[in-house]
Amino acid sequence: MSINMTLLLVMGVLYAIGIYLLLERSLTRVLLGLMLLANATNILLLTTGGYAGLAPIFNKNIPATEFNDPLPQAFILTSIVISFAVTAFMLSLIYRSWLLSHADVIQDDREDLRVAKQDLYDVEEDSEIAIEISDFHENDQPLESREMIPEVTLKKSTTTPSAHPPAPKDLS
Amino acid sequence: MLIVLSAHFLVAILAPFLFTRWGRATFYVLAAVPAASFIWLLTQYDAVYSPAAISPSVDIPWIPVLDTNLSFRMDELSWMMSLLVLGVGALVLAYCARYFKTDDAGLGGFGAQLLAFAGVMFGLVTADNLILLFVFWELTTVLSYLLIGYARTRIAARRAALQALMVTTFGGLAMLVGLIMVGESAGTYRISAVLAKAPELVAATGTPGTVLNIGIALILVGAVTKSALVPFHFWLPGAMAAPTPVSAYLHAAAMVKAGIYLIARLAPGFSGTEYWQLLITVLGLATMLVGGWRALRQHDLKLILAYGTVSQLGFLTVVVGLGSKEAAMAGMAMVLAHGLFKAALFLVVGIIDHQSGTRDIRELSGVFRSAPLLGVVALIGAASMAGLPPLAGFVAKESVFAAFEANARYGPAGTGIGVLVLAVMVLGSILTFAYSARFMWGGFAKKSKGMATAFKPVGALFLGAPALLSLLTVAYGLFPKAVETWIAPYSAQFPAYDHEAMHLALWHGFSLPLLLSAVVVAGGLGLFVARKRFEKLQAKLPPVIDFERGYRQSILGLDLVSIWVTGRTQRGSLFFYLAVILSTAIASVGAVLIITEQHWSDRIYFLDPGSPFQIVAGVAIVVGALAAARANRRFMAVLMVSVTGYGVALIFALQGAPDLALTQMLVETIILVAFVLAMRSLPPGLQERTAGNHKILRIILGVTFGAVMVVVAIVAMGSRIATPISLELPKMAYEGGGGLNVVNVTLVDIRAWDTFGEISVLAIAATGVASLIFVRGRGQRLARAETVPTGSIGRVAEAGSAQSTTAELAKRFTSAPGNAWLVAGRTLAPERRSIIIEVVTRLVFHSIIVLSIYLLLAGHNGTGGGFAGGLVAGLALTIRYLAGGRFELAEATRISAGTLLGVGLAAAALTGIAPLFFGGEIFQSAILTFDLPVFGHVKFVTSTVFDIGVYLVVVGLVVDVLRSLGSEIDQHEEDGIGGITLIEDDEPLEVGR
Repeated sequence: MSINMTLLLVMGVLYAIGIYLLLERSLTRVLLGLMLLANATNILLLTTGGYAGLAPIFNKNIPATEFNDPLPQAFILTSIVISFAVTAFMLSLIYRSWLLSHADVIQDDREDLRVAKQDLYDVEEDSEIAIEISDFHENDQPLESREMIPEVTLKKSTTTPSAHPPAPKDLS
Repeated sequence: MLIVLSAHFLVAILAPFLFTRWGRATFYVLAAVPAASFIWLLTQYDAVYSPAAISPSVDIPWIPVLDTNLSFRMDELSWMMSLLVLGVGALVLAYCARYFKTDDAGLGGFGAQLLAFAGVMFGLVTADNLILLFVFWELTTVLSYLLIGYARTRIAARRAALQALMVTTFGGLAMLVGLIMVGESAGTYRISAVLAKAPELVAATGTPGTVLNIGIALILVGAVTKSALVPFHFWLPGAMAAPTPVSAYLHAAAMVKAGIYLIARLAPGFSGTEYWQLLITVLGLATMLVGGWRALRQHDLKLILAYGTVSQLGFLTVVVGLGSKEAAMAGMAMVLAHGLFKAALFLVVGIIDHQSGTRDIRELSGVFRSAPLLGVVALIGAASMAGLPPLAGFVAKESVFAAFEANARYGPAGTGIGVLVLAVMVLGSILTFAYSARFMWGGFAKKSKGMATAFKPVGALFLGAPALLSLLTVAYGLFPKAVETWIAPYSAQFPAYDHEAMHLALWHGFSLPLLLSAVVVAGGLGLFVARKRFEKLQAKLPPVIDFERGYRQSILGLDLVSIWVTGRTQRGSLFFYLAVILSTAIASVGAVLIITEQHWSDRIYFLDPGSPFQIVAGVAIVVGALAAARANRRFMAVLMVSVTGYGVALIFALQGAPDLALTQMLVETIILVAFVLAMRSLPPGLQERTAGNHKILRIILGVTFGAVMVVVAIVAMGSRIATPISLELPKMAYEGGGGLNVVNVTLVDIRAWDTFGEISVLAIAATGVASLIFVRGRGQRLARAETVPTGSIGRVAEAGSAQSTTAELAKRFTSAPGNAWLVAGRTLAPERRSIIIEVVTRLVFHSIIVLSIYLLLAGHNGTGGGFAGGLVAGLALTIRYLAGGRFELAEATRISAGTLLGVGLAAAALTGIAPLFFGGEIFQSAILTFDLPVFGHVKFVTSTVFDIGVYLVVVGLVVDVLRSLGSEIDQHEEDGIGGITLIEDDEPLEVGR
């Protein structure tokens, strides 16, 4: 089919600038980028309809080829209203973020950073614990020579065993 | 069979409720379920064993496409295993009623899990489908995880539970792969059919043969992990952190026997596959020795038994897996004997622990004298374990020796290996004898030092379960013929190595097995007598490879890798994630474009003859977008993006899409207002936060992405060869949808599902907007205007200042009576009011609303529709808000946004469903024509109701936006929240109200 290069170029520019803004840290710019991307996509859909034509209002005397393609139009209409809803949602996000942290910038996720820096040592799995010799809690006289399950560390240098609390001697 | 299965699960579900009512006595109710099933099982004997009839089976389709069905089959092997599973299950559950206290935490859940476990085990041994078997297999894993971790507050229990879960799940996954390989090579997943096909499968060479061999080996990995064979044996002693009844059940009769069962199930067909004998024999014998060796080092009675179980499991594996008629007979005899004595011994340990508070053999002394009956029960069990006549263990062990004697003489592996295997077995049995003696001596004997341990008397009910098991051990030993008839049909599937048939009996005459038994007794006694010296020897020898340590090291290694990978990929930076995603998109699409051959269209044009002016709009859009990217003032950037939006609207209009142009215009306008409202408290400047670092990268990403999209569009459109279906749309719209506006009919009729999904998204987004601003509720309780004093909202001027003179002047105008252009206009402070806007709003508001309704109704045949109509109505409300403040908006929308959204969605859903009642399809529309007095002939299409729903949802969305971003932020500003006080990060989301 024939291709409208003008519209495609406009679309390309909108995509480029939309992505450029999307990669910003400022939430406002991210939102503006999203809006440009939506516009770009709408134009992409529009170009698939081909040449400009008549508004698709049915008339027995007009052949279907005279109309601008109604199918992409229906898609675009849906897309316009959805982007409106998304924009409104983002706006409230920006406002809430401003209320909470007084900044409208996207911060790095602290939890992710914490995970990346976290210690290898897991008390639950790796520490030394006493072997139990009864199911019943009444048994509180520990044997002096109670056997222990030793703790496990991969490399002494990479972990800090001293950071964990001492293994419970008496588990009753 | 299904009834047995479902009874277990149903009662298990009810169990927690029963426990709150009856306390620990509920265990008797639970025990009744496997007990009744056990009796049912006995009645099935004839059906299972009658030579003529085929085995009872049930077959219910589940996922027939994948050949996964709820198939159950009760053959002789299943019957024997079920005896063990249900019988021991009932006894252990009954025993629990005395073991636990009513106020033990989480007892209801525990009882439910234990009963469900019995049910799952029954399902596992009767399943006749490989995948179903796997499902039950994994269920036992999950339940055993929960049961081992019963004492949630103890770190040892949690760690052991997790360890058992990891090890057995690892094996389970290997097994799943194996099951699929075997199922695929057999072409069926029905276990009985796979086994029937086994000779043909085993004979296959080349790739199919290899697939089968590897598949079977993988299944064995599952069995090996489950049955705690070397090198996975460590989880079983660890699992002793479970309450003792659980150990008795899981580690004597049930879970660990699942692996043995699987080997026994597959042995008739597949014991000849390539890796079978090697895996089974080497691992089994190694486990037997390691378990026995370590059992002799333990001081905890339970651990002695646990390592003993490990040792016995290795023993059982070798015997069951050998694949001769004699070994099959001996193996099953041993499985039954082991189930009886090991369960009894565990229950005895539980009683000792319960009555004295310890299981440590260095603390226990003189227990036999305190509880002689208990001692006798234990003695029977231990003697059976050691292999002393006239008990079950002796009969079974004799037959094992006989079977392996036959193997050494006539087996395919040859005499050398056969003798070696037999010798290792004798060695293992000596160890078994020694730890059995250690158990009895440690648990019951009066040690030289110290007093007798305080020991409460044992109740008859408590002792009942182990006593019954020991009684059965004696009965089995005295009358082994009955057991032989049970096993015979199963063992008949194997080739006999010996020409003389082997029987289970106490007395075989003077033969090699009897001699070996004597060697075992002598050797075991010797080891026990020399226990002190032996312990010293053990202490001196360096520990063999500690597999548990290895396991924990490898888990630690996994942690290390996962933290490393997570830390490098999940960096918490949105920029990083987006950059990765976009680069991937660019690279993959770009690579395909370059590698594959494309059809480039030769009809590319720059000037559309139908709309030459779109170039002008295009230039405006590009300029607007560039300016938006460069703008460093917030509102300037927003305005520039709006320019592109309006430009796109212009392009729509020129292209022949008036609906789109109208909607885009309206949306752009409302968004502009929403931007201004939401961002009024934010600083006007937009700092370049990421300047420098990523700017070049961002430009490169943006430009390449845009370029790729252009090329993709050209290629995609150039590849089109068929006539677009949209050529049919106008006719369909008119004839099927009864409307002239093709786009509108497409939305409300032809693609109504799509639109329905869309308005749902709108409702969700609207709710999201409201929740982000209001945090709680939707602010429906906004006060009416009459509760607010005149001129109180948004006052800025203080009385007496220079500003206030103007304010006084304005006040006189605006507060004059009879000047109420707007209902709530008086609530605003005079300096905030504009008489012109109020008058204009008063004049145009109703006209705009009428226009919106016109657009809604006319949309079916001309430009307009629910979207455009709803947006126009929203615009009218926006004007009201801007002119008269938030109380004006409240007065204008007495119906809450939530109601509007709900009614709108309901109307749309109703038009979807209603046709079903008239025999139509979902969203089918009907054309009704009738005459009305004033309007004359009316043609009404039912999809209009759908459009009304769309209209209401859009109005609801706009109202939510205005109330949240407008009214509520007004309120925040007045309360001094937005932009003035800094709210700490860690405070809960309690802002605003």
